[in-house]
Amino acid sequence: MGTLTVIRAGMLTTVQDLGRWGRQHLGVPVAGPMDWYSHRLANSLLDNEADAAALEVTLMGPELLTDTETMCAVAGAEFEITAGERRVRTGEPFVVAAGERVRFGNRIAGTRATFAVSGGFTLPLVLGSRSTSLTSRLGPFGGRALKVGDALTIGSSRLVERRRPGRAAAMPHGGARLRVIMGPHEEMFSDAARLAFPKSRYVITSESNRMGYRLDGPRLDYRRPIDMLSDATPIGSLQVPASGWPILLMADRQTTGGYPKIATVITADLPIAGQLAPGDWVEFEPCSRADALEALRRRDAALAGITP
Amino acid sequence: MAAGDAALVLEYPARLDPDTSARVVAIAEAARRRCGAALRDLVVGYHTLTVYFDPLRIDARWLEDQLRSAASEDVQDADVPHATIEVPVCYGGDLGPDLCSVAAQAGCSEDEVIDLHTTRAYRVYVVGFVPGFAYMGPVDPRLALPRRSNPRTRVPAGSVAIAAGQTGIYPVETPGGWHLIGRTRVQPFDETRAEPALFHPGDRVVFRSITRDEFDRSAG
Repeated sequence: MGTLTVIRAGMLTTVQDLGRWGRQHLGVPVAGPMDWYSHRLANSLLDNEADAAALEVTLMGPELLTDTETMCAVAGAEFEITAGERRVRTGEPFVVAAGERVRFGNRIAGTRATFAVSGGFTLPLVLGSRSTSLTSRLGPFGGRALKVGDALTIGSSRLVERRRPGRAAAMPHGGARLRVIMGPHEEMFSDAARLAFPKSRYVITSESNRMGYRLDGPRLDYRRPIDMLSDATPIGSLQVPASGWPILLMADRQTTGGYPKIATVITADLPIAGQLAPGDWVEFEPCSRADALEALRRRDAALAGITP
Repeated sequence: MAAGDAALVLEYPARLDPDTSARVVAIAEAARRRCGAALRDLVVGYHTLTVYFDPLRIDARWLEDQLRSAASEDVQDADVPHATIEVPVCYGGDLGPDLCSVAAQAGCSEDEVIDLHTTRAYRVYVVGFVPGFAYMGPVDPRLALPRRSNPRTRVPAGSVAIAAGQTGIYPVETPGGWHLIGRTRVQPFDETRAEPALFHPGDRVVFRSITRDEFDRSAG
């Protein structure tokens, strides 16, 4: 089997599959990709399993060396990428010859790209998953981000690409409006907060990472002081501590939290949220569960290359 | 109740008490039997049960019905399998730096604090915060102190602690705001074990006081 070696690690490059599900009741975070759509798209371009392990690249990408002819694909954030001396495109599979390097250069749009190889990366499963949880230090490489010299086994030497490619998602530019389902703790907030929430613009602060985004903007006050008992924290939850500034919980969040959650970003819009970075704005638009399901079905159809 | 489009929450009145917790654990068990294969995760809270599902594969209304049926099943606490786990603890000294202040606040001696902490079996309410951290209770009312006003940036792994009417063991070194009364060699979480987590919601836990000598000899 071929090996991919990390020459330059980039800002934050981690191995992810679709997440470590099934052990949240033991406090084990799910982790997984920040943009599930691009993860699935990159894998589907190579005809991989949807949950094959790939790399999540953040803002400044890595430089990678392969010792075998390998078919690769990148989806999500757009970078200037070269394979050997050739310029390659996001969303289109490409072949890298043995001894050639894949270099991520300038970033053009979006925040996180998925880099996948044919057959995925063959790494040991940790509690059933190859996702990296930086918060709990679980996953390949002891649950840390990749470093120079790390070597990853490439799953397959197949040079087959998919005949009907899925459609790439549009990257946000400077911010995004995200659809939410209100609750589960909407009633714990003041009338003023509930009124202000869908009309307010927030900015993602520098205290943001794979765990969550701290947001700056209008404060959301509780109806009365609360000492809440912790409960489960789904991805996309807008958790509001006593300060009143919401935190958007993302892929590497803890399994439980003790603050009320005013609303939850819908699954179809999580990929857009995953493409935002500190400094970007975000607004929230309440929708129904039926709307959320319809939006998710559209996403799924786009992934299958079906034009609506 | 929906928590977004990929999770449902079943909620009982917000109370930190063993009966509510037992009820949630029993329903979790019933729900796992009924529709475990349809679920991505099933998270037990103090008074909530949250189930995660794939909305493309599972109809939320069907799942709601399943949860409602699970909640109406007459599952008794005694029917739910649980383990009783004994945890040897070396109390006080540098291994339990807050034992002295806890005793002062409880208005008793350090030995009495140890007695109060070791004489009852605690119920595991919730496992969360970090992998394997079990929130257990209830502790004796005299030991029901609030969290420290000044959380520590580093709490050593194995620290046995109390706060907010509960007790717990830090599985790894993390920041923490609970009062540290002792240390154990027991490892609440080890991903290389066949069963990585030592404590599960509904388990009972008993602490036993050991000497510093016994603690040192149990190393490695």
